[in-house]
Amino acid sequence: MSGAGSGERTLELLIGPQHPASGHMRLVAEVDGDVVVRLRPDIGYVHRTVEKIAETKTYLQTIPLIERPPLADTANHNLGYVMAVERLLGVEAPPRAQWLRTLLAEMNRIHSHLYGLGIHGIMLGSSTAFMWAFGDREIMIEMAKRLTGARITYSYMIPGGVRRDLPPGFAEEMEKALRYLERRLPDYDRIFFSNPVTRARLEGVGVLTREDAIRLGVVGPNLRASGVAYDVRRARPYAAYPELDFQVVTRSEGDSMARMLVRVGEIRESIRMIRQILARMPDGPILAERYAKMIPPKWRDYVRETGRIKFPAILASLRPPKGAEAVSRVEAARGEAVFYLVSDGGPRPYRMRMVTPSLRNVVLFSHLTRGCRVADIPAIYGSLDYFPPEADR
Amino acid sequence: MVCGLSGTVLVGNLERSARRAARWLVERTPVRGIRDWGIKFSLWPVHFTTACCGAEFAAASAPRFDAERFGFLPFVGPRQCNLMLIEGTLTRKMAEAAVWVYEQMPEPKFVMSMGACAIDGGIFWNSYNIVRPKDILPVEVFVPGCPPRPEAVARSIIMLQKRIERGESVGLRV
Amino acid sequence: MASGSEVGEVAAPIEGALSGISSELSVRGEVVSIRVRPEDLREAAERLLRLGFDHVKAVTAIDRPGEGIIEVVYHASSYGNPGLTGIIAELRTSVPRDDPRVPTLTEIWPSALYQEREQWEMLGVIFEGHPELERLLLPEDFGGPPPLRKDFKIPTEGINA
Ligand code: SF4
Repeated sequence: MSGAGSGERTLELLIGPQHPASGHMRLVAEVDGDVVVRLRPDIGYVHRTVEKIAETKTYLQTIPLIERPPLADTANHNLGYVMAVERLLGVEAPPRAQWLRTLLAEMNRIHSHLYGLGIHGIMLGSSTAFMWAFGDREIMIEMAKRLTGARITYSYMIPGGVRRDLPPGFAEEMEKALRYLERRLPDYDRIFFSNPVTRARLEGVGVLTREDAIRLGVVGPNLRASGVAYDVRRARPYAAYPELDFQVVTRSEGDSMARMLVRVGEIRESIRMIRQILARMPDGPILAERYAKMIPPKWRDYVRETGRIKFPAILASLRPPKGAEAVSRVEAARGEAVFYLVSDGGPRPYRMRMVTPSLRNVVLFSHLTRGCRVADIPAIYGSLDYFPPEADR
Repeated sequence: MVCGLSGTVLVGNLERSARRAARWLVERTPVRGIRDWGIKFSLWPVHFTTACCGAEFAAASAPRFDAERFGFLPFVGPRQCNLMLIEGTLTRKMAEAAVWVYEQMPEPKFVMSMGACAIDGGIFWNSYNIVRPKDILPVEVFVPGCPPRPEAVARSIIMLQKRIERGESVGLRV
Repeated sequence: MASGSEVGEVAAPIEGALSGISSELSVRGEVVSIRVRPEDLREAAERLLRLGFDHVKAVTAIDRPGEGIIEVVYHASSYGNPGLTGIIAELRTSVPRDDPRVPTLTEIWPSALYQEREQWEMLGVIFEGHPELERLLLPEDFGGPPPLRKDFKIPTEGINA
């Protein structure tokens, strides 16, 4: 703490990088008594230079790399990146692969929102919310594990398709999981969302107006909680979204409570979508013909029987045409993720630009906390569902 | 310090001698065993998330895996904690903070590092902005994986407990 | 749902709005790419804003040492105008590599604030007039050239590593 603020009256308060919430960033708050005059996020504690490293890896090797920053929300970023690569190469995934991608993306959205909810609970001092959300999150993780083999870092989508087909009996298990989640949501409502403490701490706190949300380029539930019905799944539908029936959840209040409730609404929508996907999943191959026919003949039977792709060697040295560029955007759990790939004809991206939702939401820290109380900082921070590694990359 | 003791006068630093005697006693067999047994079940990691492995660390403390049954309870302040878990990559900016936090912790203290990144950089091995934790902190247990599964975290806790029990832990010797 | 033809429809008004500015327009999927000269960047951005492109999705600088230039690319789109949400306007310009200066667009698009700062840090592009051009992600004591330039080498895998 020091008196280096703008005047005699203000103090500079350093919060983090070691603090009880999801850590890895520092907030430099200038406070006047209990009121925050100015807050500056000091990020970069998890800056691991993903964009630079991507230039030294092949297109396929980059997939695990871009999954690391948004660790709780890998599937959506994976999808965004793979879409960009496919646009560079001019490949398209077959319909079944598109539906499987959408399935995993929605499952990931559920457990990522529960992650955010749990962390928000901790920040508000509600251990129950943390324990419940993290416990229920495991259900979706377990289902994703059955589908992909990994708990959270799936690397499930590859250029031209997906790695695995649905395992037998998946739809029934999933139905059970979804029913359980649906039963749980009212419980959350009772113990957390309509809890007087939660409401007192969140309602009317950190209000973001519609104009500011648009001006600052905020994304995801934070944007929709301010009444802007922008969702990439609607604005520029990709994968199987054009064929799904879902609603874009919005609220008009723009406060911390609204941001949280939008996420809850999205969990409900995702549950609906998963049901539709499993009911209407088309049959067919899961890897584009162009690559499938390059699988060595001795593996073809294995692939057909197990539904697991053996990577053809071509995937290790994908070379998009020289000078090709591609932009893709997806609605990741925390908001819109944008990938911009530039190729120079070599096997490695010439430039990979990854704009994650958290990076675009950083601006909210200084904007929303102006004039709030010090005790409101965690409430606002938590409601943004901000994941520092995702922002720092 | 001078102090009178039933007629005789002892000259010397009583406080220091007492501390030395206590240390001597604590290192003897029965007391030491009890102490280490106690430490074993009260490993309190400080809340210090360094990177994405934190997500799986949180899952390890959550209901399904429940690391609390090993006496492992993440806590807020470094002053009350005796275990530091490096959760993944340490960037250069974060490494500085890690050393501060470590220095604030009371002894005996232990360091575990989680994830491939915290062993030798993992997927980020050629990044220009990372530090390998073993270069700056006395790490006892490495948990491989990217991210390690919560079971692996649980297992590593048990390994650390065993090391403490057998007196092999470097944390006990500082 | 926006389709390819819709992008074509939007390209025309963009072209109209940019009349008087020397620009090259091309359409690539959902992206309308506009290349302008650095001195026209602000003007072009203002006109795009008036057209309804109200936020910036990505600010990217690309180092091209072969040509001695750095390209600065803005991807802008719209939240408020339903007709434009499906379209991305790609505003790009190139500046010489040894003196990369472009005017900042933060007054027009405040959403570019952090990303311009990041590109300044990572590629050394100076955004003239930017309110806080200071370190964002790198540690204070970071030395050497901006890390995303091609002459900043990091070890690579393989035999020639
Ligand atoms: S080991 Fe993997 S999950 Fe853990 S911090 Fe490193 S990249 Fe992230």
